[in-house]
Amino acid sequence: MDKQTVMKVARLARIETTEEEAEKLVPQLGNIIGWIEQLSDVNTDNVEPLANVGDITLPLREDQVSDGDCAEKVLANAPEETQGFFVVPKVVEQEG
Amino acid sequence: MTELTNLTIAEALKGLEGKDFTSVELTEAHINAGQEAKGLNAYITETPEIALEQAKASDARRAQGNAGALDGIPLAIKDLFCTNGTQTTAASHILEGFIPQYESTVTANLFKDGAVMLGKANLDEFAMGSANTTSYYGHAINPWTRGDGKDLVPGGSSGGSAAAVAARIAMGATGTDTGGSIRQPASFCGIAGIKPTYGRCSRWGTIAFASSLDQAGTFARTVEDNALLLQSMAGHDPMDSTSAKLDVPDFAAALTGDIKGLKIGIPKEYRVDDMPSEIEALWENGIAMLRDAGAEPVDISLPHTKYALPTYYIIAPAECSSNLARYDGVRYGQRVSSDDLTEMYEKTRAQGFGDEVKRRIMIGTYALSAGYYDAYYIKAQKVRRLIAQDFDQAYQNCDVILTPTAPSAAFAVGENEDDPIKMYLNDVFTVPASLAGLPGMSIPAGLDQDGLPLGLQIIGRAWDEETVFRSAGVLESAVNFTAVPQGIIRQAA
Repeated sequence: MDKQTVMKVARLARIETTEEEAEKLVPQLGNIIGWIEQLSDVNTDNVEPLANVGDITLPLREDQVSDGDCAEKVLANAPEETQGFFVVPKVVEQEG
Repeated sequence: MTELTNLTIAEALKGLEGKDFTSVELTEAHINAGQEAKGLNAYITETPEIALEQAKASDARRAQGNAGALDGIPLAIKDLFCTNGTQTTAASHILEGFIPQYESTVTANLFKDGAVMLGKANLDEFAMGSANTTSYYGHAINPWTRGDGKDLVPGGSSGGSAAAVAARIAMGATGTDTGGSIRQPASFCGIAGIKPTYGRCSRWGTIAFASSLDQAGTFARTVEDNALLLQSMAGHDPMDSTSAKLDVPDFAAALTGDIKGLKIGIPKEYRVDDMPSEIEALWENGIAMLRDAGAEPVDISLPHTKYALPTYYIIAPAECSSNLARYDGVRYGQRVSSDDLTEMYEKTRAQGFGDEVKRRIMIGTYALSAGYYDAYYIKAQKVRRLIAQDFDQAYQNCDVILTPTAPSAAFAVGENEDDPIKMYLNDVFTVPASLAGLPGMSIPAGLDQDGLPLGLQIIGRAWDEETVFRSAGVLESAVNFTAVPQGIIRQAA
């Protein structure tokens, strides 16, 4: 784990991180990853990964609308909204 | 009349039914006690108006003979459960001011049975922590104290819930447990708490941390009270695809007091090298008590125990990095404005999340990133299967497993903060059962030399909370834990 890796991960995670913060994170994250690496001692040949416990088969339901007509509720906590839409900074530049 | 705040839930239900007092009186007593105990910072949002309104409605229902199973019982609700119309923060700045427009299934079930909400209890930010020291809204404080007078942590992540119940400012509380977040704070605060089997309670409306591990559960001062609360909260919910389509047994009826012939597994791998002798003694004492009650202790082995924490610290952060991607400043919560969309995301998340949450998101992002996915994430999922298989093997020879809940008593605020791994080690005895999805309950089993409570944990087979409750009930009677936090003694004197 080096500063460059921390900066890359921070970018992937969309968390603004200064060089100074990244330097502080290098030993912290490095220690955690180093500690986790003891898992390589475990023989996991022919072991299936376990994604979820229990013997629950994920159920299917009818493809029917069961909810809706609540745009106001959906937008109630939006930092910015207008005419039934969430507002974000412009992402597509206009030509010309 | 006994002070209302010292009653158990079972006693209070009898008192309400016998017209000894009303829910309004019971609720007011807890609101007033809460005002006296503000220093604990047990709540992020107090809701006395809602509580009194619910209490009035409860008294009216009871007068008409329509009282529900928990009618009129005032509870603390961990601020991770969405409550319709009441701010829900997950103890994070990024959700400050978030007002859910819907109710979580767990709280909806409790309210349907007549429960009263005193407030939204403090927790570690997004339930990530073992000391309730990562909350944006300040630390929750343990009502127990030791000689040096330092503020002690209530444990975490459900620290506010545990502190509120221990301090007698709530009769019970909801919690969530991902790696020990109910059992460890219950142990630190001298109360009982259960994490049921994964899938027993719906996760709908519970703010997600690590979805394959998160499970709602309860806190109360007795095993029976926990059974009553869990009875109300549990059950199938079509809104959560991992919610089990199983009937909920009568948990309180499981408290028969009879554990004759029950096999109690004692895992040798939990005898860790640096375990304090007091905890070793507490454990031996618990084994002896269950043996005296007619159970048969048997030595078992859970060989992959030492790999549980590192496995957890891949899987939980990986799921957290995915779950917390939704906090982007667009649909809810805080936003830091910018002309550029990516910059808006990055600034919003940098300012909205605290240090521990950022660390976990970044560990998870790293573990899931190209080139590392197989080495970390898939590897951890494979070890997770081995850990689950250890329990399957062990349950061939025993019915429940008895272990200490935590490797220490409550520590002072600020301790174990210098190294994240030190804090993670708090969950060494609780994480394995979480990875295997098994029910686990902590009950107070004694005091250490500083007069602080220590808990023992009973782990059951999947879907067998009944045997957990039955064993815990017997242990509770044998231990006869009557100590109360020092602050409570002072008030009573």
